[in-house]
Parts: sequence; structure tokens; C-alpha cells
Amino acid sequence: MATVRIAKLNKSYGDAAILRDIDLSVDDGEFVVLVGPSGCGKSTLLRMIAGLDGVTSGDIFIGERRVNDLEPAHRKIAMVFQSYALYPHMNVKKNMTFGLKFSGMAQPEMDRRVAEAARMLRLEPLLERRPRDLSGGQRQRVAIGRAIVREPDVFLFDEPLSNLDAALRVSTRVEIAKLHRLLGATMIYVTHDQIEAMTLADRIVVMNHGLIAQVGKPLDLYYHPANLFVAGFIGSPAMNFFDASVAAKNATAVTISGPGVAAFDAAVKNFSGPVGAKIKIGVRPEHLLAEGGSGFKIAGAVELVERLGETSYAHVRATPEVALIAEIRGRDAPNAGDPIALSAHERDLHLFDERGERIAID
Amino acid sequence: MRSRYTIFGVHVILLAYTLLATLPILLVIMNSFKSRNAIFGSPLSPPNADTFSLIGYTKVLGKSHFVTYLLNSMIVTLGSMGLVLLFGAMAAWALTEYKFRGSTLLALFLSIGIMVPIRLGSVAIVAMMRQSGLNDTLTALVLVYVAQGLPMAIFILSEFIEQIPKDLRDAARCDGVPETRIFFEVIAPLLRPAIATVAVFTMVPVWNDLWFPLILTSSDSTHTITLGVQQFVGQYTTDWNSVLSALSLAILPIVVIYVIFSRQLIAGLTSGAVK
Ligand SMILES: Nc1ncnc2c1ncn2[C@@H]1O[C@H](COP(=O)(O)OP(=O)(O)O)[C@@H](O)[C@H]1O
Ligand SMILES: [Mg+2]
Repeated sequence: MATVRIAKLNKSYGDAAILRDIDLSVDDGEFVVLVGPSGCGKSTLLRMIAGLDGVTSGDIFIGERRVNDLEPAHRKIAMVFQSYALYPHMNVKKNMTFGLKFSGMAQPEMDRRVAEAARMLRLEPLLERRPRDLSGGQRQRVAIGRAIVREPDVFLFDEPLSNLDAALRVSTRVEIAKLHRLLGATMIYVTHDQIEAMTLADRIVVMNHGLIAQVGKPLDLYYHPANLFVAGFIGSPAMNFFDASVAAKNATAVTISGPGVAAFDAAVKNFSGPVGAKIKIGVRPEHLLAEGGSGFKIAGAVELVERLGETSYAHVRATPEVALIAEIRGRDAPNAGDPIALSAHERDLHLFDERGERIAID
Repeated sequence: MRSRYTIFGVHVILLAYTLLATLPILLVIMNSFKSRNAIFGSPLSPPNADTFSLIGYTKVLGKSHFVTYLLNSMIVTLGSMGLVLLFGAMAAWALTEYKFRGSTLLALFLSIGIMVPIRLGSVAIVAMMRQSGLNDTLTALVLVYVAQGLPMAIFILSEFIEQIPKDLRDAARCDGVPETRIFFEVIAPLLRPAIATVAVFTMVPVWNDLWFPLILTSSDSTHTITLGVQQFVGQYTTDWNSVLSALSLAILPIVVIYVIFSRQLIAGLTSGAVK
């Protein structure tokens, strides 16, 4: 068990800065998920923690130790790869014990650990098989087993579920969550899938272009995204954004209006921008109401309805330039071509200034 | 439709090539079982009851140093092959996996070895072997053949190593496997098909080489089979029975080795080991 602390970490390949000034602390036993679009540097960060990639500048601590210059083997980490990375020519048992041999571990202890991991992951009937005779889900469990037998301080997962089909992804996700509860180990988990992030994480680190966009509990990110990027990234379907501007302001509120959006007052303290400043309004599809909202109102015509059963997604066009998606619950979803009027509660509105930073609403 | 004609054409060409390549060998083997007169009288007909004769084989196996030559060839071929495979695989791994000072230069230097035939250096090689006291030894031959085979081996094996998923060595590193063990116990087993390919590519020219035994060996105890056969070829008369039977016997070992490696090669390809 250990904490992980990353301070002012930078990584560049040649002139390309891949990670910039990353600061992050992971508590002992915490499950932290790094999430962000492909290419934002999640894997690079994880690989630097593992010791597979070198540090350009900055420090990484695991527990009390600064590990910058330690080999992966000495960092007390175990990593699970998206491709499973099982040794193809060794059976399941050998895959799990291969690394242990080199730490000078006695055979009985190895056997005990393998037996325990196999029981935990239901691998007992598979121990003699080669990886090529296993299904994708089984291979992934072996890869996790290989990590468990090392009894590491920190588990590192790099998109472990991405190669699995949808159903297996859900069940393996649940298994990983249970495993975390059972082992109580520190886990750092990389994914581009925000559902995985929301369901697994104690804390989520949202990354974008080599920077940390926000760190927070899953629901914090959902309810209080710190910037446009996080607002758009967390939630599915993505948040609707509307261009607007400040029409008037006083000490306790601003009046906001924009194309297709009826003017409304928002209780914004400390808004430093001038009257006329451009802002963006964000509303999640699930917070757009057919009736009963207050403040924010928008009307338009339904262009398309996606019916998923209990919920439907109405694609609405308010003006030629302004389109949005609204979630409609229940049986009587509108049809394409119907006019529709939508509104939202003030507490469900998100405002962002010109730089894309959140404007706090009371 | 196009494809059917293409396939037909390809097969005609391949068939023609196969005939061209195997007919002389068949001719050699056939004639090695015939009496001297029959070899000259009707070179293209198979041996029959009248013309059948083992005189060549009894001569070759009986009185010459044939067995020594054959053993020498085996030692030199297997020795160079083993060293080329070992050093070739290790160098290919080092050059693809580690970036060190001069690694690019070294790779470039080795690729020159693919383009420049080693025979150009014959004079220097002979001088070097003389000075280091290796003249007229099998070691000299092995050294030369290792130098000859390495560049291509490194080139082919590097290509294969590139295809092995990088995650595998990363996983091994996280697992605490030492670098040498990563190479020998994780990477090398996955290179089996490539190693079989390189083995065949290295072995055939070494086995068949006449040039270096000619300039580097002088005594009967160090001659290889290709050179040994030459003693039946005289300036005025040639003992064709012996030449043909010696050549037929010389084909055998290499065919056996080839069969072994091609099995490996196919086994490696079909196991899906690298997936
Ligand atoms: N060895 C490397 N050399 C150069 N650029 C690299 C290397 N590894 C990764 N990158 C670059 O770093 C960026 C981040 O990569 P990565 O961490 O794999 O992203 P993610 O895992 O978030 O999808 C990408 O733009 C990628 O092209
Ligand atoms: Mg990645």
C-alpha cells in the first residue's frame, strides 16, 4: 500500500511537450482514474509512474521514495496492459510466476499466491492453458492475476477493458471494482471511456493536451465542471452549449441572452467581465425539461428522435445555427417535425467565460 | 477472371523454375548410380540392370578423406549458423531496442555488409588469418562465414523483432525480469520462425562455398566437402563416378537440416505465437 505523488512532472519527445507541469497526489488505497481523449498523454503518464518511460523533469514519489531513477521492477508496481501482454509461449500459471522467480521467491510462496489469485479471478481450471486458448475476457483476468501475485503497492491499468466486447466490459468493470474493495490497494487506471471513469473512480483526473483539466470526485465533475472541456467530456450525450452574452449586470446577478435563448437572469457573484462579454451556457440533455423549468428557455423543432426505450433523445433545432439534444423520459416522446419548448432549472445551468473557465452561480 | 490467368501464369513460371533447379540435381543423383561408360553413353537415362553401379560410392567412402570432409563441412556450417543466429538475434535486439551512442552508425555499418560481398576482402582475410595463426583451421572458416552471414541475419531479425508487441517487453520489465532474460526467455522464443528463415539463408551458401576453403585451408584434415570433391576433378581426367557420388552424398545433410528447420518454420508460423 502506498501513496503516489507527482510533482511538476514534464515529458517531451524532442520538441513536442507531451505532459506539462503535472501535479497529482493519490492517497493510499485510492482508485484514481485518468481520463481524456486519445493522445492526451494518459498512457505516457502511467508509463512514467511505472518507470517504462523516463522523466524529462519533475519528481515521482511512491510512498516516501522518490522513484525517478528506479527500475520498474523496484517500484513495487504492477501494470495491466490493454493488449494483455501475456507471454504467448507460457501457460497461465507460468505467466503469473515468471516474474516472481527473479525476485528469489520460494516455490511454496509462489504457489500460494497463484492459488489465491486464481481463486479470486476464477482461473483455476485454466492454469495449464496457453494464452491463445483463452477468450479475451479470460486473458484479461490472467493479466490481472499476473499483477495480483506481485502484491504491488500500486496497480496501474492502461485501458484494460478496451479490447473486450460491450457485455464483458461491464462485467469485468464490476470485477475490478470488487477487486479494489477486496485488496484495498492503490490503483491508477487509464481509460478514454467516461462511463468506466465515473463508475470506478474515487477520484477522476481529466486530462487534455498534456494538462490536467480537472481533478475531482465523479459527481463533482458532473455537477461542477471547472471548464468547458470537462463539461463537454463528462456526460453522455454531451452537454449542450449555447453562445450568449451578458446583456446587463448588477451586484448580484447578470442578465444573459443569446441567439435562440430567451433572456434570463442568473445569480452570478463576482463576474468580472463587462456588459457585452461573450459567455457560453451549458445544459445537459438530461436537464432540459418539457415543462417546469425556470430561467433558461429555448424553443425549436424536433429534427430526429432516437428512442432507446425508457429514454429518447430528441435532436432539436432552435435556429439554423443553434442545435441541441434533449433527453425525454417516458412513453410520449415527440415525433420528428413537432415543435418543442424546453427549459431548465437555474441550478442545472453551467456558465463559462470567454476563456472557457467556469463562472460560479449561487 | 484476371486472377485465374494470373494464378495459372504464376504456376507455369514456378513449375518451370522448379524443373530448371531440380533437373541437374536429379541428373547428378541418377548418374552417380551408373557405370562410367553409361554416364557418357546415355547421360539422360536412369540406371538399369546393366548400367547400375556403386563404384563411385565405394571409391569415395573407401579410400578418400570423404568422411573427414563431410564432418568438416558439418562443423563449419552448423558452427557458423549457430553463431550467426545467436549474435544476429542479440545484435538485432540491441539495435532495435536500445538507443546508445553510435547505434545508428553501427546499424549503418552492418547494412553496408549486406551490400558489399565479403570476397572483396579475400586478400586481407588471408593475411589476417596468417598473422593470427588461424590459417588452415576450421575456426578461420567459421569466423569468415559468421562475418558473411551476420549483416543479413541482423536485418531480417530486426524486422521480426519490430513486429513483436512492445507491451510484452514492458510487461516483462514491470515483472522484474532482467534484460538478458527478457531477450532469451520472452523475445527469442517468439523469433522461432524468423530464426528458422535465417538459419536456412545462412546455411546454404556456407555449405556450398568453395572459395574460402580454397584460399584458407590447405591440408586434407581441414578441407570441406566442396573442396574435397575437386580432387576427383583432374586436369586431364576426371573421375566422374566419384565426383557424382560425392556430390550426391553432399546434398543429403543439407536436405536433412533444411527439413528440420522448415518444420520449425511452419510450426512457428501456424502457432500464432506472436499474436
Ligand atoms: N515514443 C514516443 N515518441 C514520440 N511521441 C510519442 C511517443 N509516445 C507517445 N508519444 C506521443 O505522446 C502523445 C500522448 O500519447 P499517449 O500517452 O499514448 O496518449 P493516450 O494514452 O492519452 O492516448 C501522443 O501525441 C503520442 O503521439
Ligand atoms: Mg493510451
